[in-house]
Amino acid sequence: MLTTSPAFKQNAARALNDPGLQKALANVRPRFIEKRAKGVATLPEFEQLREIGRDLKNHTIAHLDVYLDAYARAVEAQGGRVHWAETAEDARRIVLEICRAVGARTVTKGKSMISEEIALNEHLEAAGIQPVETDLGEYILQLRKEPPSHIIGPAFHLNREDWIEAFRKSHTHRPADRAFAERRDLLTEAREVLRDRFLAADVGITGANMLIAETGSSVIVTNEGNGDLTQTLPKVHIVLASIEKVVPTLEDACVILRMLARSAVGQDFSTYVTFSTGPRRPEDPDGPEQYHVVLLDNGRSNMVGTEFQDMLRCIRCAACMNHCPVYGSVGGHSYGWVYPGPMGAVLTPSLIGVDKAGHLPNASTFCGRCESVCPMKIPLPKMMRHWREREFERHLTPRATRVGLGVWAWFAKRPGIYRLGTRIAMRTLGLIGRRRGRFAWLPLAKGWTSGRDMPAPEGETFHARYERLKRQGLV
Amino acid sequence: MEQGIDARARILGRIRRGLRRGPLPDSLAAGLVARLRTHPRNLVPARGRTPPAERAARFAAELEKEHGTVARAASAAEIPGLIAAYLAQHNLPAALRVAPDPLLERLPWADRPMLKVAFGRAEPSDAVSVTSCFAAVAETGTMLMLSGPDHPTTLNILPDTHIVVLRTSRIVGAYEDAFDLIRAERGTAGATPTGTRFMPRNVMMITGPSRSADIEQTLELGAHGPRRVHVILLEDGTG
Repeated sequence: MLTTSPAFKQNAARALNDPGLQKALANVRPRFIEKRAKGVATLPEFEQLREIGRDLKNHTIAHLDVYLDAYARAVEAQGGRVHWAETAEDARRIVLEICRAVGARTVTKGKSMISEEIALNEHLEAAGIQPVETDLGEYILQLRKEPPSHIIGPAFHLNREDWIEAFRKSHTHRPADRAFAERRDLLTEAREVLRDRFLAADVGITGANMLIAETGSSVIVTNEGNGDLTQTLPKVHIVLASIEKVVPTLEDACVILRMLARSAVGQDFSTYVTFSTGPRRPEDPDGPEQYHVVLLDNGRSNMVGTEFQDMLRCIRCAACMNHCPVYGSVGGHSYGWVYPGPMGAVLTPSLIGVDKAGHLPNASTFCGRCESVCPMKIPLPKMMRHWREREFERHLTPRATRVGLGVWAWFAKRPGIYRLGTRIAMRTLGLIGRRRGRFAWLPLAKGWTSGRDMPAPEGETFHARYERLKRQGLV
Repeated sequence: MEQGIDARARILGRIRRGLRRGPLPDSLAAGLVARLRTHPRNLVPARGRTPPAERAARFAAELEKEHGTVARAASAAEIPGLIAAYLAQHNLPAALRVAPDPLLERLPWADRPMLKVAFGRAEPSDAVSVTSCFAAVAETGTMLMLSGPDHPTTLNILPDTHIVVLRTSRIVGAYEDAFDLIRAERGTAGATPTGTRFMPRNVMMITGPSRSADIEQTLELGAHGPRRVHVILLEDGTG
């Protein structure tokens, strides 16, 4: 997928002025927060499970080479094939080779963020193979030629009228005057249109929420049933999975499954949790004849042993973006690549480079809600700060910011002057702004005052107050 | 596949470099494989530890919360009648595609001559399927469907209506209990790192009918899989 991450600021400005998007965001965000809270309330042990999940993933990553090797051998012992892909390009080539070997003309797809990451659809189309997205959200995005804006609800940025328009435009074999009185009419039409595609496909491609080392199984977690049709009906099933998806045992998978749907949409358990282990057996009446797993690295192994290793615990539940005030204001497309929100702000610079994605870790208020709801307890704000440091070290930060930070650092290293300076500045501003209590304009602070007022300071400086309270024995 | 072997070695090599170690010594790697073989349980929450006598009720309540429906049969002989009544109630065609499962094959279908019964995998035109189920989990009203000659996977997902016959003795408390049942009943020796294999090609854990909230985050039932999931609980001793 092409990135527009370097243009985050322009993307965000456009998003803030897009009434359709703002309507959709206003509709979606409060519901997500309420649903997760309800889902978590059904499991009193949720906080304990978060700690167990974190430790479990840390253990797995600390032995990732061993577990990946065990997983791959278990797949192969049961008739599956494992293909190791170092880069997006390798993964695309492997998938195309498998499709060509069976003379595939159409390919159905379950929702897979890895597929977006490696830009698979464009690659298949260029080779004359038609990919068909079957997740309802991904399907409409394919019709509209748009990227997803959310990792579990890829089309949450759209409103009902957008769906109706896309269906009328694309399903031209249907009566033009048909009515879409309810959402259910849209769902029924998509079901009918896609049913024929499922039956005709030569290859089915899914992602994987987990890979189990103990059994050599890939796991998909879905509600629609499209993933199961995708992986059951065609003669070839290809699983796209990244290397950090492996967990040791079925018992370990249970820890994650108990938190995944609750964190994502407040469901106790998703409708379908399906384990696939190898191809159809001789006695099986149905199922694919070939079972392939493409294990993608694409930069992840380089995160091991760095300050970004904890990000490899992520299970892609989307709780972080669902609770993020920045995501809730600018939507997913502003982030400019596959992974939006706080998890994207940490992961995207790792995968496409901080030179392109440096704005993303800056797009945070550091309110910390992302970390507080993360089922894997990933310290997202801390890692965003690490990216800001790297950005600064590599001189990617804009000149004005660098100069400003330099001036501040000069003062901060000289406490006497710093205190005197802040006291004078505070008194002066307090005096000037006494009447209105706020400033609509300040020199050198246009970045702040163009969007909101600056409150006029009152009372004393932080240092003075802290000293006073200390003297009074209050701190 | 020379290139593939190289890619594997390079990926594992980068991981080890990040971990600041070489390949794990055999003794340590053996400890990890032993953990795979013993698969210790993590925390099983209280809602997964329902006593046996309460499991059927808990299962039914959880499944109904997820938009499934439940009926009870005191004996297998009642099942064809219950199915006929369900089809009539929902205005569904009286034609069934039934899993070739001994439990279902033995049912007295002849008592209901109006029911057209065919056994085998699902065809696209089938409207109603009937399967049994390997086990079910009271924790969330979840059923496990294991692929095999007696249970084609297509029956779980292609037809619009899925009717499941579940023996109450097969309802366990937690997911872990269901996985242990698979290990105990389906395990054989295999050339895997643990030396055993027990997972059928496909294990579907199903909790209610298919659904989507992709349109304006509003739940609608009947996406690509069944619109209705109806479970007939067959009393067989416990539960």
